[in-house]
Amino acid sequence: MHPLITAKAKQKLLLLGNEAIVRGALEGGLRVGAAYPGTPSSEIGNLLFQLQRELLGLYFEFSTNEKVAMEVAAAAAASGLRSLTCMKHVGLNVAADVLMTLAYIGVKAGMVIVTADDPSCHSSQNEQDNRYYAKFSGLPMLEPATPEEARQMTAYAFELSEKLELPVLLRTTTRVSHARAVVEVGDLAPYQEETKGRFEKDLRRWVPVPAVARGRHQVLLEKMREAMVLADGSSWNRRYGKGRYGIIVSGVAVNYVLDAVDELDLAEKVQVLRLGFTHPYPAGLIAEFLKECETVLVVEELEPYLEEAARAVAQERGLKTTVLGKASGHLPRFFEFDPGQVKEAVARAFGLSYQPPKPPSLTWVPELPPRPPTLCPGCPHRETYQVIKEVLEELGEWPETIFPTDIGCYTLGLLPPIQMADYLICMGSSVGTAAGFSVATNQRVVSFIGDSTFFHAGLSPLASAVYNRHRFTLVIMDNETTAMTGHQPVPSQELRPPELEDRPRIDIEAVVRALGVSHVVTINPYRKKEAKEAVRPLLAQKELAVIIAKAPCILYRARVSKK
Amino acid sequence: MEKKRILAVGVGGQGILLFSRILGEVALRAGVPVAMSEVHGMAQRGGVVETNIVLGAIRSPLISQGEADVLVGFEPVETLRALGRTNQKTVIVSSTDPVIPQIVKDGLATYPDLAEPLARLKETFDRVYLFAGEKLAKEAGTARALNVVALGALAGTGLLPFAKEDFLNAIKTLVKPRFVEANLKAFEAGFAVTAGV
Repeated sequence: MHPLITAKAKQKLLLLGNEAIVRGALEGGLRVGAAYPGTPSSEIGNLLFQLQRELLGLYFEFSTNEKVAMEVAAAAAASGLRSLTCMKHVGLNVAADVLMTLAYIGVKAGMVIVTADDPSCHSSQNEQDNRYYAKFSGLPMLEPATPEEARQMTAYAFELSEKLELPVLLRTTTRVSHARAVVEVGDLAPYQEETKGRFEKDLRRWVPVPAVARGRHQVLLEKMREAMVLADGSSWNRRYGKGRYGIIVSGVAVNYVLDAVDELDLAEKVQVLRLGFTHPYPAGLIAEFLKECETVLVVEELEPYLEEAARAVAQERGLKTTVLGKASGHLPRFFEFDPGQVKEAVARAFGLSYQPPKPPSLTWVPELPPRPPTLCPGCPHRETYQVIKEVLEELGEWPETIFPTDIGCYTLGLLPPIQMADYLICMGSSVGTAAGFSVATNQRVVSFIGDSTFFHAGLSPLASAVYNRHRFTLVIMDNETTAMTGHQPVPSQELRPPELEDRPRIDIEAVVRALGVSHVVTINPYRKKEAKEAVRPLLAQKELAVIIAKAPCILYRARVSKK
Repeated sequence: MEKKRILAVGVGGQGILLFSRILGEVALRAGVPVAMSEVHGMAQRGGVVETNIVLGAIRSPLISQGEADVLVGFEPVETLRALGRTNQKTVIVSSTDPVIPQIVKDGLATYPDLAEPLARLKETFDRVYLFAGEKLAKEAGTARALNVVALGALAGTGLLPFAKEDFLNAIKTLVKPRFVEANLKAFEAGFAVTAGV
């Protein structure tokens, strides 16, 4: 059995934030989980996928995308089973259509939506602040600062969700999800039998046709008023210290602020309002805090969500407190913070002197070669890129060809010496933007997408491309796994671990043909000569064509064969 | 206990996550507060990897400019790259065996001659321990034990409030059984580099 489930109450474990979320969910009696992987959320799904084999009455699936996953979790919660879905920040964009209306119809059993944001774009194409999704949808939100808080908040989120009959957003960032710290676990919920819920029909609740939706919007706004009272009284929103200066803080920055207060010896001068229940924001608590402070610094990564809240509260209550933060230039609106930066901002905001530690003179350090992440030696994607490149060169189409790309390891094909990634927006954009380039230019268009991304967001734009007679070549790089995020399963994979042997297999070539693409070949990119011959006719013409380059990820192959 | 900020840097695939897991478990079992921040995902694909580990009454699991008390380098260029996070008193523990970046193999960048910078490193900082980590790991039985050589070297400095036995016990529980023997040897080899110097 996995140590995460054998641990007894009060036992101390060294857990990753994401592991703590899983433990918290199991303490809270999670029954149904569904997710599509994405860094920094991936470990949550990986663990639940593994643990469902050990816990009777826990179901988890990797769905084909975040929208599907959220729908699975929503229906489970409507049927009276506690559910969870987790995703990276941009995954919530995919599921946003569900989110916005799910907020209207709500849930019966508790439902937790984990959104793992990625300030500084460690593994992402943007650093959007998903706290605005809570505001946008009108859903309650909790923001843990540490793995221990992540565990407790996840378990609590189910209760809060049931109280309000709304899903609850649990918003982490990379530095919470991938922090590892000591967690004292609670009691695991009982997992002794298969558990089914029951869906009670209620047309005026679950079917938001306009007449229903109008009513449900008002219900949602009423619940937000109720939630604000809960936020005001929440034990996740705490105050420390005393003095005429104040700091309002949430998320991982809580740690940086509390360390700054210790290290600058400010406990008698600066009060801290630490917020964990941040949507709706606790207006009463913020008002009391502002009243007692001359100057308040708001410390939060990315957007000025709490800063705007503090200003709104001050304006509503006619308070003259000076609010500092992003608008005042004390802290930036981009990238994650680091503790030193927060210390300097605190010192500057309150006119204290602070000398940050300095490195010694380093003028003697030579120029160092960069070490960008790269495709592994022996990776099949390298071979596929080489095959396509050589054929295009032989056809005289290099380097005019446009290469739209997609989200996965193969995005690293942007770097020299491959340099075959020219345009990228989001999951599935390789197909839709290839269509756009084929309409807008006379250049040849060859786009790249992975197997998992194809099932996530590639099917619908390919159908559109067939119907609208777009002219491009789509290369599906089928490495039989979701490699980038830690080798999660894909519906098309042949190479699979024993526990997935009984799953049906969806053949990519059959899917592509069924969608109406007539020029289709499957190649083994390691057999270069044969592969080049097979793709040449497709690249020599301009009709829509699909090349499936099939060879397992070498790391995945090694992992499966070891089992 | 005294606060300690330990910055471990290296290259994806060098086992830096296991290094920090073992160190974290040692701290947990000794009842010393510990928090760390790890790198997962895209950056692991042969890129620069770092783990920030803080011991004692520190909440922030990230180490800012000039704040590292110890810098553990798994690779010499990565050690040099991380020097902005050190100060005069930082203790440096580093392997000197290079891992050549793909970009250098592709002829798009050059890997510096290390003799001069490593000499300057020794002049600049009070305590610098350099060792051929990969060579020591291979001698212990597997090149993959470089991370445990580095752990041994860190333990041998005597900077941490843990007994050698604590580390050996944690290795026995966290390393896969068939690699335990090689890893115990690797730890001893690293420990000998720094202990009593």
